[in-house]
Amino acid sequence: MSTTSAVSPAPVEGSAQLSARTAARRARRRRVALVWAGRIGLAVLVIGGWQAFTTWGIVDPFFFGQPSGIAKRLADLFRHGTEFGSFYANIWTTIQEALVGFAVGAVAGVVFGVALGQSRFLADVLGPYIKMVNAIPRIVLGSIFIVAFGIGVLPKILLAAVLVFFIVFFNAFQGVREVDRNILANARVLGASQLQIIRHVTVPSALTWIIASLHSAFGFAIVGALVGEVLGAQSGLGLVIKTAQNNFDPNGVFATMLVISVIVLGAEWLIGKLEHRLLAWRPPAPSEASSAL
Amino acid sequence: MASRNDAAVGPVAEKAGQDSARVEISGLTKRFLTPAGEVFTALQDVSFTVEPGQFCAVVGPTGCGKSTTLSMVSGLDRPSEGSVRVGGRVVDRVTDGVSFMFQADALLPWKTVLGNVLMGPVFRGVPKQQAQVSARDWLRRVGLAGFEDRYPHQLSGGMRKRVAMAAALINEPRILIMDEPFGALDVQTKAIMSTELLGLWEQIRPSVIFITHDLDEAVALADRVVVMTSSPGSVKAVFDIDLPRPRGSVQEIRFQPRFIELQHQIWDSLREEVERAYARTAGGTA
Repeated sequence: MSTTSAVSPAPVEGSAQLSARTAARRARRRRVALVWAGRIGLAVLVIGGWQAFTTWGIVDPFFFGQPSGIAKRLADLFRHGTEFGSFYANIWTTIQEALVGFAVGAVAGVVFGVALGQSRFLADVLGPYIKMVNAIPRIVLGSIFIVAFGIGVLPKILLAAVLVFFIVFFNAFQGVREVDRNILANARVLGASQLQIIRHVTVPSALTWIIASLHSAFGFAIVGALVGEVLGAQSGLGLVIKTAQNNFDPNGVFATMLVISVIVLGAEWLIGKLEHRLLAWRPPAPSEASSAL
Repeated sequence: MASRNDAAVGPVAEKAGQDSARVEISGLTKRFLTPAGEVFTALQDVSFTVEPGQFCAVVGPTGCGKSTTLSMVSGLDRPSEGSVRVGGRVVDRVTDGVSFMFQADALLPWKTVLGNVLMGPVFRGVPKQQAQVSARDWLRRVGLAGFEDRYPHQLSGGMRKRVAMAAALINEPRILIMDEPFGALDVQTKAIMSTELLGLWEQIRPSVIFITHDLDEAVALADRVVVMTSSPGSVKAVFDIDLPRPRGSVQEIRFQPRFIELQHQIWDSLREEVERAYARTAGGTA
C-alpha cells in the first residue's frame, strides 16, 4: 500500500481509495442482506413446513400443534384470558417469581462466592458439601418447597433462587480466585485494608465472571418459577401450560412457550446492557472488533 | 510524613525522618517446601544495608531470590530466619511508607489512569478532592496530563509504566522497591524511563531497591550495586558507584571511562555466577 501511494499520482490514488471504499461498503451491505435473507428463509421453511405438514395430515396437529392454531390460541389467551385470571396477570406472576428469585439467588451467590473465595479455610471446610449439594438435582427441591410453603409465590421464588444461586456462586468463587496476584500485592503494599481490597480489587475483578453467569442464570430463574408452578400453583404461566396439557391443547403449550421466550430474550437484553455498562473498561473482544473485509 | 499533604509543592525536605528510610537486611534466610516435600533454600544469610535516600541496585542470575528478598522488605512475606529492619523497626507486616513497582502490570484494568493513581491516597484515607489534585499533579509530572480518563488497555507499555510510577510515587514513599520495572520494555523506552525515574527520584529522594538483569542499567542508576549468587541466593559482593550526581541522561553516562571501569569490575564478579546458573539450568534441562 505504501509503495503504490508513493509511486502513483495523488488524484488517481484518491479516486482509487474512494472506489475501494464504496466497493467495501457494497460488499458489507450485500453480506448483511444475505444473512437476513437466510434467517427469514429458514424461519419460513420451518414454520411453513410445520404448517404444511399438519395441514396435509402427514403430521397430526392434535399432538404437535399447528402454527396458525398457536397464533389463534395466543390471540385468544391475550383477549379472553384463562380460567384463572387474565393472561397478563399470569405472565406477571411468573415474571415476578423469576425476578425476585433471580435477585435473591444472585446476591446470595455473589456474597457467598466472594466470602469463600477470600478465605481458604472456609473454602476448604465447605468445599465438599457445596459439591455434594451441587450434585443433587435441585429441581426436586420444588416438591419440598411446595409441601413446606404452600402453593403461593414463595416456593417458586425459592426454587428459582436455589437454581440461580449455584451458578452465580461458582462463578463468583472462581472469579475471586483468579484475581491477579500482582495487583493484590500492589494494593496491599499501598496500604489497602481487607475491605478496600474486596471493594476495589476482588469484586471488580470477579465481575467479569459474575456477569457472564447472569446470562444463563436468568434462564434458570424462569425454569425454577415454571417448574414450581407446574408442581402446584394458583396462577402463572406454568399453570397455563399444565392446564393446556391436561386439556390436550398443544397449541396452548406452544403459545405460552413463545411468551416465555420473549420474556427471557427481554431479560437477556437488559443483562447485556448491564454488562456493557459495568464492563466498559474492557478492551473490545476480538469478535467485536471491526470485521475484516 | 508531614510532607504528604503538600505533594504539589515539589522537592520534599529531606529532614522527614532521615533514619526512617534506612533498610537493614541482616542474616535473611528463606526456605520453601517444594511440592515434592523437600526443603528448598531460596535465600541464605543475605545481609546488606541501604542508606536513607540511597539508590541500591541488586543484580544476579535468574532464580537467585532477588524478588523473594523484596517481598520480605515490603512485608508481603516473612523470613525463615534473620530480619529486615526499616528505620530501625523490624518488618513484621506490610511496611508503611513503602511503594512497590512490579515487572508485570499491577494496574487495575477497570480503573481509569486517574483512578489508578488515586489508589494510594484513597487507601490511606486522604480526602477525595485532595487526592485528585495530587494525582493530577503526579500524572503531569510523569508526562501523562490529558490521559486521565483512559483505561490501561488503551495505553502503550511505556505509558502504563509511567502510570505505575506515578501510582508508586504519589504516596511519597520512604522506600521504593522496584522489581525489574522496565524489564518488559524495548531498549529505547527503557532508557527514557530510566532517565525520568532518576529525575523523579531526585525530587523526593526515597531509598530505592532496584532489581535488574541489566548491569548497565544498574551502574547507570545506582549508588550501590549488590551482586547476588544463586541457589541458595546470597550476597557475593557490594560495589559503591561513585559517578557524580545528578547523572542526567542514562544513555550518555554509558560512555564515561569511570562507568566502563565500574561496569567491568562488577561484570567480572557477576559473570561466573551467571555462567554457573546457566550451566545448572542447561544441565537440568539436558
